Amino acid sequence: MGTDLSQQLLGQVNQALRQGTALRIQGGNSKAMLGRPVAGELVDTRGHRGIVSYDPTELVLTARAGTPLREIEATLREAGQMLPCEPPHLGPEATLGGMVAAGLSGPRRPWAGAVRDYVLGTRLITGHGKHLRFGGEVMKNVAGYDVSRLMTGSFGCLGLLTEVSLKVLPRPRQCLGLRLEMDARQALARLAEWGQQPLPISAASHDGEALHLRLEGGEGSVRSARERLGGEVVDPRYWSDLREQRLAFFSAPATLWRLSLPITCGVLELPGQQLIDWGGAQRWLKSEAPAASLRALVAEVGGHATAYAPGDDSSAPLDLMTLRYHQALKRQLDPQGIFNPGRLYAHL
Amino acid sequence: MNILYDERVDGPLPSVDKPALLAALREALPDLDILHRSEDLKPYECDGLSAYRTLPLLVALPERLEQVQALLRLCHQRGVPVVARGAGTGLSGGALPLSQGILLVMARFNRILEVNPQGRFARVQPGVRNLAISQAAAPHGLYYAPDPSSQIACSIGGNVAENAGGVHCLKYGLTVHNLLKVEILTVEGERLTLGSDALDSPGFDLLALFTGSEGMLGIVTEVTVKLLPRPQVARVLLASFASVEDAGRAVADIIAAGIIPAGLEMMDNLAIRAAEAFIHAGYPVDAAAILLCELDGVEADVHDDCARVDAVLRQAGAREVHLACDEAERVRFWAGRKNAFPAVGRISPDYYCMDGTIPRRELPQVLAGISQLSETYGLRVANVFHAGDGNMHPLILFDANLPGELERAEALGGRILELCVAVGGSITGEHGVGREKINQMCAQFNSDEITLFHAVKAAFDPRGLLNPGKNIPTLQRCAELGALHVHHGQLPFPDLERF
Repeated sequence: MGTDLSQQLLGQVNQALRQGTALRIQGGNSKAMLGRPVAGELVDTRGHRGIVSYDPTELVLTARAGTPLREIEATLREAGQMLPCEPPHLGPEATLGGMVAAGLSGPRRPWAGAVRDYVLGTRLITGHGKHLRFGGEVMKNVAGYDVSRLMTGSFGCLGLLTEVSLKVLPRPRQCLGLRLEMDARQALARLAEWGQQPLPISAASHDGEALHLRLEGGEGSVRSARERLGGEVVDPRYWSDLREQRLAFFSAPATLWRLSLPITCGVLELPGQQLIDWGGAQRWLKSEAPAASLRALVAEVGGHATAYAPGDDSSAPLDLMTLRYHQALKRQLDPQGIFNPGRLYAHL
Repeated sequence: MNILYDERVDGPLPSVDKPALLAALREALPDLDILHRSEDLKPYECDGLSAYRTLPLLVALPERLEQVQALLRLCHQRGVPVVARGAGTGLSGGALPLSQGILLVMARFNRILEVNPQGRFARVQPGVRNLAISQAAAPHGLYYAPDPSSQIACSIGGNVAENAGGVHCLKYGLTVHNLLKVEILTVEGERLTLGSDALDSPGFDLLALFTGSEGMLGIVTEVTVKLLPRPQVARVLLASFASVEDAGRAVADIIAAGIIPAGLEMMDNLAIRAAEAFIHAGYPVDAAAILLCELDGVEADVHDDCARVDAVLRQAGAREVHLACDEAERVRFWAGRKNAFPAVGRISPDYYCMDGTIPRRELPQVLAGISQLSETYGLRVANVFHAGDGNMHPLILFDANLPGELERAEALGGRILELCVAVGGSITGEHGVGREKINQMCAQFNSDEITLFHAVKAAFDPRGLLNPGKNIPTLQRCAELGALHVHHGQLPFPDLERF
């Protein structure tokens, strides 16, 4: 199934290594609003596509990096399974490689885990011009360093992903959307209380007016939670609209910020409009406030902010020690600096 | 090839002047507890892999972060290797000392710093025992999910270093899935924070890279773990099968039915008989295999899932399915499994526990392969298996007092792990590579992959002072092994120099 272009991709990388050319890795180009624009020769991964293996009873799917995410999700849906981390597509052409390189997770993240939690193995072309395999198709594997999870969210700065193996899970038997009228402060207090109880909550967001909950699980647990929590039953499509930034909130003209916060930080007064996601651990902010002042406010409560607008201000800055080890890893794994130079940070 | 550090293939170690180092440490850190006499060093000569022992040069038992920091700086300056150790329960020799290195024991960092029920996290020092975290969280109805079988003794710093698992991994993940933040000291004694109090942090995922890095990249000084609400109920079903193939098929069928059990364990006949004779758990001793399937969560769902699993098991050919009728019986069913290792210890003077993983569909072929190898080597093998996530623990029975048996057991173990790799699995699911599986790393990874691992190491510890010789073999070691172990007339590292 699909097409294996790994030899061509390896050839392109080796040529870039010989000539010292920078490479700009691109799948569906659906995450271009993050990080910094890269000047370099295009590596288009979309031709290298196709599901390599999928056995639902093993709970593992392996596919080439250029495989469209929608194709993977459709295949999983047919078998009654899913990617539990609900990766945002943010465009019709989103690929598996882009999903892993960006490492973005959807509304289920605090309960089910992030993209990196489901990455079991990768194949990648390295800065030494080799096509290598790390991890594999098994759930538990602690041989060597976890290179596959290091690649997740590294925006192609450490190598070119060619293939990924993911853990997948059965879809829950029941899924129900609830809307409970309450303000943000009350919602966060409730969520802190419910978080300590075994409730089948799989998403929690406050849109400024009401708390949205998604319940997922067996018939019994969803029914009893629904009776206990009250509120009105609403269309669970709210969650795909939130994940894909299709809610009205996202169309306001100001810059979109993603704030990643400790779950305990409570209501945060910030200039602009806010939408609470991940039960409080992720907040979306539409704001014209300068990056530095927003970042200072967010850092004070132990969080960090990413701008969904390409440029120097997009990625949250690293402290000096952390930056030092980022640079050391980059030097070791991509000594000639050919992979997406500057995509995340100017000198990386 | 012997697995103790061998400078010829593992690389030269600096020669350290012990009296001078001891004097320098005492001067810089007058209040640091240091052991240096061989009778005091003796208890630290091995970890849970007790077949291999090396007396460390010195043992340091710090109590404060500043002491660890100063010790690392001093060792870095003088080029002294440092091996970190937690509770010393690791099964792969990850904390096996070096005769030319300091053993840095972090066990005295044993304070729980914070349990935050609203934030569902606990912040603890690295020497805190795994089970102590769940006990501290229990009054809030919360617990820490990863539960390696040594949880009563093993410490969280070691869990992070080894990416420890347990019987509930399929549903709740390994250590890496249950961490928020880890504070480390680098080889130079500088503080570095991995992860954050939020669910992610900017840049590369250094927390994921560090988890399971076996003390090679830094020293854990503080860990923030996630806590989960304790499930309302847990039920366990015991099913017996006339063949391991049937049991293996039943596992696949349970997953295919859309059910993720909290635990799904398989034992073969030898393991069943050993456990039953020891624990009297109520296992059917004539069964070829049993499955233990635990379901947990909200009562109504667990009730429904028990009925579903019961039907699936019978459909798959189970001779008998028994739902534990009460908590006492549930605990008894598990006691048999959890005591499988000591139970095997009763029927054999020694046993050697392996830790390979395989894609589950390969189970019947791998078990057949193991049974063939067992005959070839003339040693019995009992199999216990985290069937849900494909993690096998074959137990090789031998008698170390009989000349050659330990070597035969090791050789058999190595062959079993190579079998796991051949079917697409891994040489270690949860115990780590340490020194134990250093040779099998050469079977799982090629020389370019091993070179990349060394590059990762060099980013954190360019001089290779942290836990030298563990986790990643040198290319020289692999080349020599390759020379001993020619596959299909072809050397695994054809373009490498050989000496």
